Amino acid sequence: MTSIENTGNDNPVPNNKISDIAMAEQGTSLWKDAWARLKKNRMALFGLAVLVLFSLIALLTPWIAPYGYEQQNLDLGATPPSAQHWLGTDIFGRDLMTLIMYGGRISLAVGFVATAVALLIGVTYGALAGYVGGRTDAAMMRLVDILYALPFMIFIILLMVVFGRNLLLLFLAIGMVEWLTMARIMRSQVQALRQQEFVEAAVSLGLGPVAIIRKHLVPNALGPIIVYTTLTIPGVMLLEAFLSFLGLGIQPPQTSWGLLISYGAETMEEFPWLLIFPGLALALTLFSLNFLGDGLRDALDVRSSKD
Amino acid sequence: MSLLNVQNLKVSFHTRNGEVKAVDDISFTVETGKITAIIGESGSGKSVACYSLLGLIPMPPGKIEGGSAVFEGNDLLQLSESELRHIRGRDIAMIFQDPMTCLNPYMTIGHQLMEPIVYHKGMAKTEARQHAIELLEEVGIRDPHSTIDSYPHEFSGGMRQRVMIAMALINEPKLLIADEPTTALDVTIQAQILKLMADLQKKHSIGIIFISHDLAVVADIADQIIVMKKGKVVEHGDRQRIFKNAQHPYTRALLAAIPAGTKVVSETQSEALISIRNLNTWFGQGKNKEPVKAIKDVSLDIRKGEILGLVGESGSGKSTLGRSILRLVPITSGSISFDGIDLTEMEGQSLKKMRSRMQMIFQDPYASLNPRMSVYDTLAEPLLLHKIETKKTVEQGVLKLMDDVGLARGFVRKYPHEFSGGQRQRIAIGRALATRPEFIVADEPVSALDVTIQAQILDLMLDLGKEYGLTMLFVSHDLAVVKHIADRIVVLYKGEIVEQGSGKELFENPQQEYTRQLLQSIPGRALLG
Amino acid sequence: MLRFILLRLLQAIPVILVVITVTFFLVRAAPGGPFDSDKAVMPEVKAALEAQYRLDLPMSQQYFAYLGDLAKGDFGPSFKYPGRDVNELISAGLPVTAELGAYALLVALILGGLAGIMAALKPNTAQDYIPMSFAMVGICMPTFLLGPLLVLVFGIYLEWLPVAGWGDIPGDKILPSLTLGAAYAAYIARLGRAGMLEVMSQDYIRTARAKGLPEWQIVVKHALRGGMIPVVAFLGPAFAGLLAGSFVVETIFQIPGLGRFYVQAAFNRDYTMILGTTVFLSTLIILFNLLADILAAWMNPRLRAQLGESK
Repeated sequence: MTSIENTGNDNPVPNNKISDIAMAEQGTSLWKDAWARLKKNRMALFGLAVLVLFSLIALLTPWIAPYGYEQQNLDLGATPPSAQHWLGTDIFGRDLMTLIMYGGRISLAVGFVATAVALLIGVTYGALAGYVGGRTDAAMMRLVDILYALPFMIFIILLMVVFGRNLLLLFLAIGMVEWLTMARIMRSQVQALRQQEFVEAAVSLGLGPVAIIRKHLVPNALGPIIVYTTLTIPGVMLLEAFLSFLGLGIQPPQTSWGLLISYGAETMEEFPWLLIFPGLALALTLFSLNFLGDGLRDALDVRSSKD
Repeated sequence: MSLLNVQNLKVSFHTRNGEVKAVDDISFTVETGKITAIIGESGSGKSVACYSLLGLIPMPPGKIEGGSAVFEGNDLLQLSESELRHIRGRDIAMIFQDPMTCLNPYMTIGHQLMEPIVYHKGMAKTEARQHAIELLEEVGIRDPHSTIDSYPHEFSGGMRQRVMIAMALINEPKLLIADEPTTALDVTIQAQILKLMADLQKKHSIGIIFISHDLAVVADIADQIIVMKKGKVVEHGDRQRIFKNAQHPYTRALLAAIPAGTKVVSETQSEALISIRNLNTWFGQGKNKEPVKAIKDVSLDIRKGEILGLVGESGSGKSTLGRSILRLVPITSGSISFDGIDLTEMEGQSLKKMRSRMQMIFQDPYASLNPRMSVYDTLAEPLLLHKIETKKTVEQGVLKLMDDVGLARGFVRKYPHEFSGGQRQRIAIGRALATRPEFIVADEPVSALDVTIQAQILDLMLDLGKEYGLTMLFVSHDLAVVKHIADRIVVLYKGEIVEQGSGKELFENPQQEYTRQLLQSIPGRALLG
Repeated sequence: MLRFILLRLLQAIPVILVVITVTFFLVRAAPGGPFDSDKAVMPEVKAALEAQYRLDLPMSQQYFAYLGDLAKGDFGPSFKYPGRDVNELISAGLPVTAELGAYALLVALILGGLAGIMAALKPNTAQDYIPMSFAMVGICMPTFLLGPLLVLVFGIYLEWLPVAGWGDIPGDKILPSLTLGAAYAAYIARLGRAGMLEVMSQDYIRTARAKGLPEWQIVVKHALRGGMIPVVAFLGPAFAGLLAGSFVVETIFQIPGLGRFYVQAAFNRDYTMILGTTVFLSTLIILFNLLADILAAWMNPRLRAQLGESK
């Protein structure tokens, strides 16, 4: 950070030739500053690159996948990686790379969509509680505390068992769990910011609540939200993979990385590539998200408290 | 022979932005039984110089580039970490600035007090405990037999600093380094701690290095004064000489920055701009708890064109009173009228309109500016909101404000973190002036700033006050500052007005015990008059 | 403090009640009755079964009867295996799962705690980077991937350790405990590092240094307590996570624990079994959360004092 040097005298030499602000030197906003710091973090950039690549692949899978999703070759069976099948084939002779690409679509979609659900609910709820304050806030956060104490993992399993393994339900169930942390973070952000003098200054200028939220609260709360969003996605993806592994998540004919790992684990003695490649895809994605999240945390200078 | 002889000490920090010479070739001596004050503003290297002697600066990035520091025949800078450790806490002890954070919150104070003596002298726990109790008594902790088993949070700031002093003295050190030991305390507490330190120093005949940013604080107690600026010693000498006959222009600037003199007040009394009647502001703490009564039944007039000084210690409610007038905190009962208009019930658009007529300047220029808005955004916001300028003319309006508060126009697109504290406060003042207010609440506007910067900002506020024809409520804990700037002074204590009058009346003939106590606590009054 | 504990216990009761109620009605709301299986069942037999399982009663009566059973410590029968009940399965599976969980927690606390403290003492050096890289791997390597991989490497290729069972062959407890503990070791390492770094930058650590204390005493006596509070607070969620992890680990390693029973019950749609186990496990998780909360609060004297005063 560059501080404009002052030489004992705080009053800088006036440079009053400027008559138009376009002539003035552009300052470094905190966003620019953060980006500059992130750019220096190689692991975070690597993570970002991997994520962009995987997301692109997921979007374009139907067009770029080497084989059709339902294309079987029972005569071929499971073969190790080869020139025709770069990552090998499974016991039905299906191309593993194709399967991983299609599985990635689901895994990434669950990660992003469920996080988006959590983000939407959590940020709105938390911002509201933090901004309104007082008894409403206390009641709203009490509810979050109670929900927090519930054993959600078991509930999700229960939901999956009772209502069948439905993708939409999975999004909702995971989103419903993850919004709690989001709400806590947002609320503590808004509360801390509300006590800041610059928000008080905005009130004393006569700004309305909407303008204060938009111009003063949101831009300052955004950093931590971005960081926690990035770190929530891997948690969600893990949860999906966990459920799928147990056979309680994604159901065939759809597939996901968790499901592929589960199949791979069953046959790993003979066909280890069926475990290793889907595992690698999942681990690499989780790595990338965590590195990016850590990098963003450092770059945006977010303190490590959760509530 | 001197107790400590520092020669040509050089310390630098190797940061990402290159090498910073924090301490640049300084020499000084400390004598047994004398208090040596090191004075300097933030960034002068005064603390780094002392911490580096004991190996207490983080290395890297810090590095001692050269010099010597002879203490009892040993050069501290040449000692290994383990040798140094046997000197730290035994022969040389330290006290720090913020007593709220310097004691371990997870340990009883007794435990912490006994630690140095048990570790360095191998004293048995029971004996050490007895010793600690005696020392607690000596530093003025009541009922030490039971309080020794308390945790730090059970003590007030002043009491914690007493505990820190006891802890530093437990091994009867020969040298005590005190880093701004009273800066975080209220003035009356500060006076008590200063007296305690002076007494103990005489009794135990210790050498003390007293680090401070404030010449006035050391005016009563220092034997020697060293003035530092940007890593260098600019002047040193005994107290009398420094105060009576300072040679270096920087020392003179520091002395001149100590607010002195009483403002001459014109006798003509104008009508009241703001009338406060029976104001109560209480903060609820939930259903079952007694509310905190921050303001209790306060009635007060602020006259047109005057600067009213509002003085009080922490917890007196002085900030709350300012915020109540501006309707920034909800008031519990009573009335406030502004230019004959009742503010108490005002809401919505009419309140927004009134807000342009009264503004606030905050204490902490680091917190009072939105870090994500450039100077232009910050200053343009009120101009556009209250339609003082149009989209077309707003640029010129912003530049004019920057001229008024003495900020170079070239900085208009910079962000708050790119400015120094004084410059930020200028931006904040510009924002407050943007709405062309008639009334301004200035809440400790200079207490977060270095002393020389303080004087500049105070002067700026006085000038702008005249230029804009402002009425001002100047809230401060510092009587000297208030006396310098205010036409009238109100003393607030525990939410109630204790006394009010002109500076002259109050200083020469205080009516109330609390006011007298406050006046006696002003540091350096003997020397400064 | 005692009051705080009692208060928190009282607060846990409605939460447990909510869990029971939600679970009960959720299970009852499941499409298809428990005896609508493939085989045709004689109407009389079905009626007799329904009477046995109280399915002939109105829903509210079923609910209250179930609450009554729970109060007596009876978690209900199994639909699928007549004659067996949930209590039996719990008493068979719980000791195994508890042992597995305890080992895993031990692995997590020792490995994670040490790694975190080591990293925090010399930040941004090899001593920090190496354990933290492992922690990162641990976080990104889900249990259900790590388990099979460990089996593949140590069980199948190297043939060092047995790949299944619990307490049958010596050494068969090692892989499951490591697998389950690894992720939590990673979390604890990261939390411990952050906590210790935070504490080590506090002013009172500087005070301790100024006293001349050696570094190890500063760490052990002054920093550890504050630095480990986040870790202790994490133990509650970690317990819930370990339990969920045990579902996977017990499935992979074919360990006859509660987790495996639960997953099997879920697969078989053995509703009473799911209901009973869910209620039991949830109560356990809630109580453990409570315990971690109380422990974390007790470690902070300031909080302890406030809690002592509060009504």
